[in-house]
Amino acid sequence: MNSDPLLTIDHLTMRFGGLTAVDDVSFDVRRGDITALIGPNGAGKTTVFNCITGFYRPSVGRLVFSVGERLDREAVVALTNSGRRYSKQHELFLLERMPDQEIAREARVARTFQNIRLFTGMTVLENLMVGEHNPLMLASGYSLFGLFGLPAYRKREAQALEHARFWLDRIGLTARADDPAGALPYGQQRRLEIARAMMGEPILLCLDEPAAGLNPRESAELNELLRTIRNEQGTSILLIEHDMSVVMEISDHVVVLDYGEKIADGTPDAIRTDARVIAAYLGVEDEEEVEEIEAALAGGQRR
Amino acid sequence: MASHAAAPERFDLARAFKDAALAAIIAAGLAFPILALRAEPDIDNRLTLQGRWSWLFIAAGIVFVGRFLLALFDIRPRRKPATDAALPASAYRAARFIGPAGLALLFVFPLAVLAMLGPQGSLKWIDNYGIQILIYVMLGWGLNIVVGLAGLLDLGYVAFYAVGAYSYALLSTTFGLSFWLCLPLAGILAAFWGILLGFPVLRLRGDYLAIVTMAFGEIIRIVLVNWSVVTNGDAGISGIPRASFFGLPFTAGPNGFAATFGFKFSPIHRVIFLYYLILCLALLTNFVTVRLRRLPIGRAWEALREDEIACRSLGLDTVKLKLAAFALGAMFGGFAGAFFAVRQGFVSPSSFTFIESATILAIVVLGGRGSQLGVALAAAVIIGGSEILRELDFLKQIFGEDFDPTQYRMLIVGIAMVMMMNWRPRGLVATRAPTIALGERRGISAALVKEGHG
Amino acid sequence: MDVFLQQLINGIALGSIYGLIAIGYTMVFGIIGMINFAHGDVFMLSAFIALILFLALTQFLGLSSLPLVFVIVLIGAMALTSLWNFVIERVAYRRLRGSFRLAPLISALGTSIFLANFVYVVQGPRNKAVPPIFSEVIQITAGPGGYNVTLSYKQILIVGVTAVLLAAFWYVVQKTPLGRAQRACEQDAKMAALLGVDVDRTIALTFVIGAALAAVAGVLYMLYYGVVNAADGFVPGVKAFTAAVLGGIGSLPGAVLGGLLIGLIETFWSAYFSADYKDVAAFSILAITLIFVPSGLLGRPDVEKV
Repeated sequence: MNSDPLLTIDHLTMRFGGLTAVDDVSFDVRRGDITALIGPNGAGKTTVFNCITGFYRPSVGRLVFSVGERLDREAVVALTNSGRRYSKQHELFLLERMPDQEIAREARVARTFQNIRLFTGMTVLENLMVGEHNPLMLASGYSLFGLFGLPAYRKREAQALEHARFWLDRIGLTARADDPAGALPYGQQRRLEIARAMMGEPILLCLDEPAAGLNPRESAELNELLRTIRNEQGTSILLIEHDMSVVMEISDHVVVLDYGEKIADGTPDAIRTDARVIAAYLGVEDEEEVEEIEAALAGGQRR
Repeated sequence: MASHAAAPERFDLARAFKDAALAAIIAAGLAFPILALRAEPDIDNRLTLQGRWSWLFIAAGIVFVGRFLLALFDIRPRRKPATDAALPASAYRAARFIGPAGLALLFVFPLAVLAMLGPQGSLKWIDNYGIQILIYVMLGWGLNIVVGLAGLLDLGYVAFYAVGAYSYALLSTTFGLSFWLCLPLAGILAAFWGILLGFPVLRLRGDYLAIVTMAFGEIIRIVLVNWSVVTNGDAGISGIPRASFFGLPFTAGPNGFAATFGFKFSPIHRVIFLYYLILCLALLTNFVTVRLRRLPIGRAWEALREDEIACRSLGLDTVKLKLAAFALGAMFGGFAGAFFAVRQGFVSPSSFTFIESATILAIVVLGGRGSQLGVALAAAVIIGGSEILRELDFLKQIFGEDFDPTQYRMLIVGIAMVMMMNWRPRGLVATRAPTIALGERRGISAALVKEGHG
Repeated sequence: MDVFLQQLINGIALGSIYGLIAIGYTMVFGIIGMINFAHGDVFMLSAFIALILFLALTQFLGLSSLPLVFVIVLIGAMALTSLWNFVIERVAYRRLRGSFRLAPLISALGTSIFLANFVYVVQGPRNKAVPPIFSEVIQITAGPGGYNVTLSYKQILIVGVTAVLLAAFWYVVQKTPLGRAQRACEQDAKMAALLGVDVDRTIALTFVIGAALAAVAGVLYMLYYGVVNAADGFVPGVKAFTAAVLGGIGSLPGAVLGGLLIGLIETFWSAYFSADYKDVAAFSILAITLIFVPSGLLGRPDVEKV
């Protein structure tokens, strides 16, 4: 595992009219890590997400996505100056210049949403198959081969079906593969959304509050799933979360935002004891209270 | 939590009477002055009023009785329309038979009618009903790709119909190209316009998309009316060469179709040929649609309808998807237009009004968007239904000789649209069939299927 | 210069009529998010009602005092058209209020087709020409260049009535409980209902007011052009909708501003370019506005949350 970061967020700033949602935020997302982005409500976490995944265009800043073995700094500078959006040859992508579908398709950055966005009128299986759309589309010859029933497409479709079965098994929905996605209970819908994102074999998976609304058992299952994704698929994960049990359990690296600024950046242990973080969440300034909170948090972790 | 079932209401005569009376008074208010008084120019061409007070009382009377009866049978207008539950798997399997059965019926139809009614009697049935309904079925299936599958609200579909018709007319009259060459060319031109008109509206959603497509449709119609140099304005283009049976003209002469095959000449031959032609075109539309639904592009279109943002996050190129939907839908509209030109022998802008677009959209929505069978049924009902009005000659005896039922066609279409939406807002066939399954395919209730916002 | 000034006057008069109709579109869209396709035909209906009332009063009852006739026709048309729109809302739209957008759209289209054809069937397809009345004009010859323009009393009437109604209307929306209820429903209907606002009644009243204003436009239209026809609902309806969009859908002053702009553009286009394609101008403006500036001149932009 090399130490060059996968994604470098470089002085990211996002302004909406007079409001500065994200102010000069910089951090790294390292390869093979599970990185958590946390902070009180309104801190700007989803805005950062939307910038990374191309739904917003940042006001200022660079988002360097480097897929290759080494991060070639000269190549980055050259690409920046050239005005192009990405360079397949150098395996470099400047995400701030790319639109959302391009980031998903070329850079292989997938995401899920805070409010689940499944295709509710389609079955679980169909949802997964859409996740593998682009290679299937190519195999169907942009539909021409498929229209005439040529075997090349059939083979690729069977492959995609196997892939879908794999994920159905991983998220435990094999029995419900033909049910409409809209009929699933909430927890299963969340897992389906993640599996759908994984069908495209992304390099970076961005999850927006994947544990929201899950009970403790479901949260634990989610942790399992994410760890499996990281270990088996080798996908790096960036997630926004409020549920501290998830964050502390599985993250390798935690970044904390408050009022659009980065206030802490480190391992979960370091963050847990960071006074600024505690103050941001609880609005406390009293030394004694801070100690009490630290003790309580330490106790909670052992459970 | 104990639920309290509502006690059945006892029929309250006084209340029913009052409701009915109120409704009748309102009806009277609505009827006066539009129904009761008619403004017509008199001998001196000055506008004067003719009283028809009987109509007002009749209208009020009908409303009174109707409202009373509703109260009598306790049919209270429900707050929410009936939910469209998903069909069980058995109904779904039965539907598999409807397709082939219906197909066989369609193929046999003209021959059966011919056998029953002879060449003279069957002309009307095959032409006004068979061909006319099939044209709208094809248009409905074409628009279904755009509205039903991809969820793009297109209110200007008639533009592609017009482009196809006029392209065919111009190509065949100016360049003298044969039918088999002009038809695909017309379709390609229409597809080209589909892309052209699709570009500006890529970022629009929902109602706004509908409005702009409507505007485009109207612009094209106005251009057709005014650009006389090319389109001959209001008079249209006539003298379009008639269809021939692969080179054999449908004339009475010795080298005509009838003579070659040993039949006695009859105009019915051409009509039957046209019938099978439109049947094949419509079936082509259906075939392509069904096939594409099972391919990635079809699934992507339906995903686009469900949630465009989720699609983009999965790397789907929504721009190309939308343009492809527009182009394909336009192409089939163009084919239908070409057929229209061949059948009529002339084209004029008055055939391509906004009402046509609205009617075709109504067919798609009434049928249940995305459902091939539903759209076909809706077309049969609406077009067939309005054609049947011509048959109701007995009404002339009630309303007098001047009564022309065809005037009421659009009126009834309008009322039907309102009623259908109130009764079954998601259309006749309100379930969606999945395109791929591990086990058995079960219909998905329309309540879960998103309608698409473009 | 004469032509310019003349067209300016004509455009403002025409634009006032469009503005009155546009308010109906913008109010309904603001409160239930629906484009009321039938509104243009309601306008056409009101023109017919006005015509018939006018004939009834002058011929049947033999009233000769024009101001009195005008006032009675105005009030009568407003009342009857409001009744029509009230019934239409009740029958065609009320049950379809929900998240499914296509159903009310088709219902509105159906209503539009019904209204146009109803009048067509019941009143006959031909144009109905009103006997010319109130045709007095003022010749204005003024200015350094000796301008010569014709300002008709009708035009003064149109602009005057529009201005007065607008002021009254603005007052209603801003100051009265009804207006507040309406603005509340526009923002958040569910919350308004929870707070005790009768949403059904507010929406019904919105339709009624929209119809009343359209009726005023219908009366003025009948007087101004002197000819009514059952097909007159579609094109003016679309132009009025264009005005509403141009001004910013949901904004009342925007609707009027948009109306004036459309009226002026149409008049100038006909005078300086070609009258044949004047409708194309309106449709094109509609398309261009919706594509490039969907929030219009005075409207609020819509941001989608991801």
